[in-house]
Formats: sequence, C-alpha cells, structure tokens
Amino acid sequence: MVMADPQVLPSPLSVIQKMAELWASGDLQKHLIDTSIRILWAFSFAMTIGGVLGYVMGRYPLVNAWLDPWLIVFLNLPALVLIVLCYLWIGLNETAAILAVTLNKLPLVMTLIREGSRSASSELRDLAQVFKLSSYQKLRHIIIPELLPHVISSARAGLSMIWKIVLVVEFLGRSTGIGRQIHTQFSIFNITGVLAYSLSFVFFIMLIEFIIMQPLERYATRWRQDA
Amino acid sequence: MLKVNVISKKFGEQQVLGSCKLELKAGERISILGASGIGKSTLLRIISGLDTDYEGSVNCPDKIAYMFQGPNLLNWRNCYQNLLIFHPNASKDDAQKALDKVGLKDKGHHYPRQLSLGQQRRLALARTFLSPTDLILLDEPFTSLDPQLKSSMLELTRDLLNQSGAMLIHVTHDISEVEILGGRAIEMHGLPASLSSS
Repeated sequence: MVMADPQVLPSPLSVIQKMAELWASGDLQKHLIDTSIRILWAFSFAMTIGGVLGYVMGRYPLVNAWLDPWLIVFLNLPALVLIVLCYLWIGLNETAAILAVTLNKLPLVMTLIREGSRSASSELRDLAQVFKLSSYQKLRHIIIPELLPHVISSARAGLSMIWKIVLVVEFLGRSTGIGRQIHTQFSIFNITGVLAYSLSFVFFIMLIEFIIMQPLERYATRWRQDA
Repeated sequence: MLKVNVISKKFGEQQVLGSCKLELKAGERISILGASGIGKSTLLRIISGLDTDYEGSVNCPDKIAYMFQGPNLLNWRNCYQNLLIFHPNASKDDAQKALDKVGLKDKGHHYPRQLSLGQQRRLALARTFLSPTDLILLDEPFTSLDPQLKSSMLELTRDLLNQSGAMLIHVTHDISEVEILGGRAIEMHGLPASLSSS
C-alpha cells in the first residue's frame, strides 16, 4: 500500500523534522540563497530587456514586424531545449544557467509589455506634446504609470515561471541550489528530502509573494482602488 | 497673432484639407463649424503642431493650451498633480485658485476616478486655463454632455476666456455653443475641406 509506506509518502511530521534539520545545518539557507541569486539576476535581465523590447515593439510597427517571428519561436520553444542548448554552447556555469532562465522568461515579458504599450493613450502623448513636457516628464508621469500595471502583471507571471525553470536549470547543470538538492535527494530516492526542499522553496515563494509582490501591486494601482 | 495658411493635407492618397486660411488677432475668438469627419480636428492638430505632415505654413504663438473631446486626465495623479505637471511654473496656490474657479475647491487631493464626469471636465478646463496662454484650442470638449452640464461648462469657459484674453479656436458642430462663447463662426465645407476667416 502506497499510502502506508513512509518511504513513498512520508508523514508531514517527518518532512517538517527534515526541514528543521536542514535549517539547523545551514544547508537550506545556503541553497535558498544560491537559487535566489540566480532568480534575481534572471528576473532583472528579463524585466529590463523584455520591458524595453516590448515597449519598442508596441510603439513601432516596423520593429514589431521584425521581432515578432522571433518572439513566437521563443514563446513556443520548450524550456528544456533552451536550457540544454545554453549548457552545451556556454558550458555548465552560472552564465549559462542565468541566461537559460532569462531566455525562458523574456518572451512573456515582451508580450505583456507590448500589449501595454499598444493600449497606451495617444491623446495623453498629444497633450504632453502640446504642453511641451520634457522626455523625462513624459516618461515619469505618462509612460511609466501607464505601463506599470502591465509591468507588475509580467513580473508576477514571470516570477511564477522563473520559480519553476530555475529548479530545472539547477537540476540539470549546477552544483548548488534547491534544484540541485532535489536532484541529489532524487538520486538516493529520499522522498522526505525531496519534499523538505520543495516545500521550503514553496514557503519562500509565498513569502516573496505576500511581502513584496502583493504590496507592490497594491501601491502601483492604488489610484484604481480609491475610486 | 495667429496666421494659418494650409494648402493641402493628405491621409495616404486622400486629400482631406484644401485651402484653409485663418488669421486671428490677440483676444479674437472663432468657432469652426462643420460636419463630423470633415477635417476640423485635423486642422487643430496642424495648428497645435501635433501634425506636421502637410503643405502650407502656420505662424502660431508659443504658448498654446489644447482641450480635447475627452478630459484626458492622468488617472494615477491627483488633481493638483494633474494641473502642475502640465504647468511646471505654476505654484500649488495657483493650482488651488484654478480649482476654486472651476468649482473643485476641496478636490485637490482626489484622483480623477473619484470625480464625476462633469468634475473631470472642469479639471480639464482648469488645466487649459491655469497658465497665461496666447492661444486656446477647444476640440469639441462639450460634445456628449447632458444639456445642463453643457450649459454650465460653456458659461464657465466663457468666463475663463474673458479673464485670460487669449485667442480661441473652437471646433464644434453646434451653433448654440458659439452664441455663448462669442466670436465669429466659420463653416468648413467641401471635399477636400476648406475655409477662410476673411
């Protein structure tokens, strides 16, 4: 019976005990930090590059016509293919790992920001031109606030994707990180260890969601809630 | 002084504006009447410098204010900011005075979404008249308002115009608006559309 076998489905208590053990040894924090650093880099690159490219694609049809086929290719390319190719071409190092995660998130950010850029009000831009607002004023008071809800959406959707992909990247080619530890526990068939690392990671994600993402979203869209 | 001499304006192959000649002296007001889609707004865009793809010339004063059909407010900024962002040389006191004039005395810290449609239009009007301006362009800002609101907005606009002394070009298809705002009415007609203020 699968349900009765603690080797296959360990009790919640044993998983919690394992998590406490990993925490006490410092292993959990070390690997969480390594994974977080990779996420932070990949997230920053994808949001910056994807944000700029998405905005330009939304504003300039010629750029969109040129980049759109590539966007479709990358949107539909399996994550695993990109990860394997990055490791093969660049090597089993941090650069390849971060690039693989970035490339997987980039198309989603570009698509969402492009839609935001397309839906921006042309009349507000006209108004800014008539009243002779500087480029900086336009960026600060019109372009960024208009795009902000789309940026937040792409950040949240992108983060949920990054959480998943970064573990696969670590699983396949890194020596540290939560993904690598899941690989190690998997190779010795230690389901308690797999669950302990996985659940710790889930708690960490939820913490980020509640402490950073949701308050940030509420702040950025406060003018909508005040109505 | 404003001098407009548009010879031709095309969208693709189609010529929408033919000869359009306008001359306005300081403080003068004109209303341009004409059917929907004839090119009235296009002419305003040319005068304001928003559209530069035309044949002809426009000698326009430097300080222009433009009021569109919709209020076009920054929904993510409060009323004070909606005024001061577009008038960086104005103070908060100036903004408050402008809000007082349009009946939005206590609304400075409100966001546009917290205002009614009529109040949003008044805020747009305050933005148009906040700083000293040489030329004011009104592109059917009173269309689609209910009769009572329209009447109060027109009277308010007339009072603000009287105080500012700016030139006015007002685009509309409602002759009753011209009667309240004052000044001359010119009809735009033909295809491509043309007009002359002389």
